Amino acid sequence: MRTFLLKGLFGRPLTEAAPKVDASELEELATLLGDTARRKLGRSLSIREVDAGSCNGCELEIHALNNAYYDLERFGLRFVASPRHADVLLVTGPVTRNMKEALERTYAATPAPKWVVAVGDCGVNCGVFKGSYAVAGSVADVIPVDVSIPGCPPEPTALLKGLIALIDANER
Amino acid sequence: MSLVSSLIEQAIHRTALRPWPGLAVDADTWRAATLGLGAGEVSLVALWAGDAGTVHMALRDPADGQSVVLSLATTDGTFPSVGLTHPPALRPERVIRELHGLVPEGCPDDRDWLDQGRWGVRHPLGAATAVAADGDAYAFRAAEGVPMHQIAVGPVHAGIIEPGHFRFTANGEHVVRLEERLGYVHKGVDSLLRGASIVDGARLAARVSGDSTVAYSIAYARAVEAALGLAIPERAVWLRALMAELERIANHLGDIGAICNDAAFAMMLAHCGVLREQVLRAAKATFGHRLMMDRVIPGGVAVDLTDAAPIRKLVAAIRSAFPALISLYDNSASLQNRTVSTGTLDAGLARQYAVGGPVGRASGLTFDARKAPGYAPYPDLVFNIPVRESGDVDGRVWIRIDEVNESLGLIDQILTRLPSGPIAVALPTASEPSEGVALAEAFRGDVMAWVKLGADGRLAAAHLRDASVFQWPLLEAVIENNIVADFPLCNKSFNCSYSGHDL
Repeated sequence: MRTFLLKGLFGRPLTEAAPKVDASELEELATLLGDTARRKLGRSLSIREVDAGSCNGCELEIHALNNAYYDLERFGLRFVASPRHADVLLVTGPVTRNMKEALERTYAATPAPKWVVAVGDCGVNCGVFKGSYAVAGSVADVIPVDVSIPGCPPEPTALLKGLIALIDANER
Repeated sequence: MSLVSSLIEQAIHRTALRPWPGLAVDADTWRAATLGLGAGEVSLVALWAGDAGTVHMALRDPADGQSVVLSLATTDGTFPSVGLTHPPALRPERVIRELHGLVPEGCPDDRDWLDQGRWGVRHPLGAATAVAADGDAYAFRAAEGVPMHQIAVGPVHAGIIEPGHFRFTANGEHVVRLEERLGYVHKGVDSLLRGASIVDGARLAARVSGDSTVAYSIAYARAVEAALGLAIPERAVWLRALMAELERIANHLGDIGAICNDAAFAMMLAHCGVLREQVLRAAKATFGHRLMMDRVIPGGVAVDLTDAAPIRKLVAAIRSAFPALISLYDNSASLQNRTVSTGTLDAGLARQYAVGGPVGRASGLTFDARKAPGYAPYPDLVFNIPVRESGDVDGRVWIRIDEVNESLGLIDQILTRLPSGPIAVALPTASEPSEGVALAEAFRGDVMAWVKLGADGRLAAAHLRDASVFQWPLLEAVIENNIVADFPLCNKSFNCSYSGHDL
């Protein structure tokens, strides 16, 4: 145990530099978010993850955001346990019919101002599950979406870029 | 004579299934099999419905590993219940009833399982009648006695995990009953597979449970290849195993870290998370995708290995960092205090459910699809199947630790002996109707894939069965008499797939 703690104290961190976010992407987001967010929240956002029907591939990569390489918390972004503590809902899909009401209720339980990020190809357009009797639609078909991060699953850097864009735009 | 041999003798005729014997049976033979299951003479591998009102039951002889698939063509829309004599069949049977409208006669549980009354359709794979989608009530089982209270958890959970509902009945801190309600991530995979091309089917199979994407792709591809009688190049077989072992290591590392984290030992998660990330990066560098999704395809693999250096480096890195983590786990009394003797799975229950993966092997079962029935290239490789008897959370952690080490050894052997040559063959176009079945060992247990190909070369029907199907019910059993706060630990040590179960 002591070895681990000492190594942690004196070793070089594994954490990597933040990915660059495209200026035009930022501009677009800034307009979207307006300045309410900046006034109310500054640079800190609390995220509630909601799996509304994913295959769990997206969850694995969202988990990876917390590992030492990506260290999401250094950006003031952190995952919280309840929608009532959240500013951002990070939603993976496709939204199944059995999860639709739970997602709607989670959205309703999140205090305003709030943003929704749709994650993964399925969250964005239902992916390979399009057309199933059990699928209600993409995330945007069920609740209003502010940012989309496609990919199957999106890599942690893509997720990080999308989320940093959200706080940077939030700052303007 | 073993039950399996006598079932083979009683079959009306052989179906087109390969490579296991496919037996078309009548209701009496089906019933004989259900009694054999109840008596523990055979293990249930899977129970599902295909097309045209046919129900299938895959069985394995626990003595010699011989597997068969019984197929019963229902004439009046009913079949003899398997769950009546063999409880592990209850949930699969409820799924057959609600998706296909085929009635298991005598089934002691008449509740729907995946169907929550929100699809707007009943029996979507059968008569498909439109109904209102306003949701059904669900009758949870009661627990009697005072003072009892219920705790309802989910479907939206506190962590970054999949959705499901847990209904605890507790007496103070002690859990008296846990009942699961699943189906929230049901995406209608069986219906999407129906009529799909082999290639589209592969993309769906790879997305049944994202954490086991390689194992699912292997099971599906091997089932398709068995149906078509297609032999694939040696190099592809070995590359598949390489990807499968990388996937196993990545997931086990994630699980070991996450289990310790649920005992508030976050340091283990941090270090295991670093190692897991290194596996995913090596996978990306070698095969172009962190989870290696769609890299295994029917006919072979989609990408060749050009440079083994990232994987060799990874194996060396894990070998140097992992032993210290193992002794950290082994020597932290506060952590052991939470994992040892928590959530104990009784060996008899494990055997009854023929439960696969670390859950079964921590309770004394030796089954691993890589050894029995075994599939290439594993019979050519040297490795052990770790087995423990304790059946608790600690046992399941140790199985994973031991399997990481075994998989590192497998990767060494694969890299040293990797055959050269092509990595895929083209799939033959239209063929005669055929059926194939295959198992692949995912990190959480055996995945079964069954496909029925039509004369047009498309999937007439297909079914994928996750190891979780038989693990979920046992989670309800192991939590009994544990305290509520130990549930996350028990749950994580099982790490069942919601998506793989719900399909």
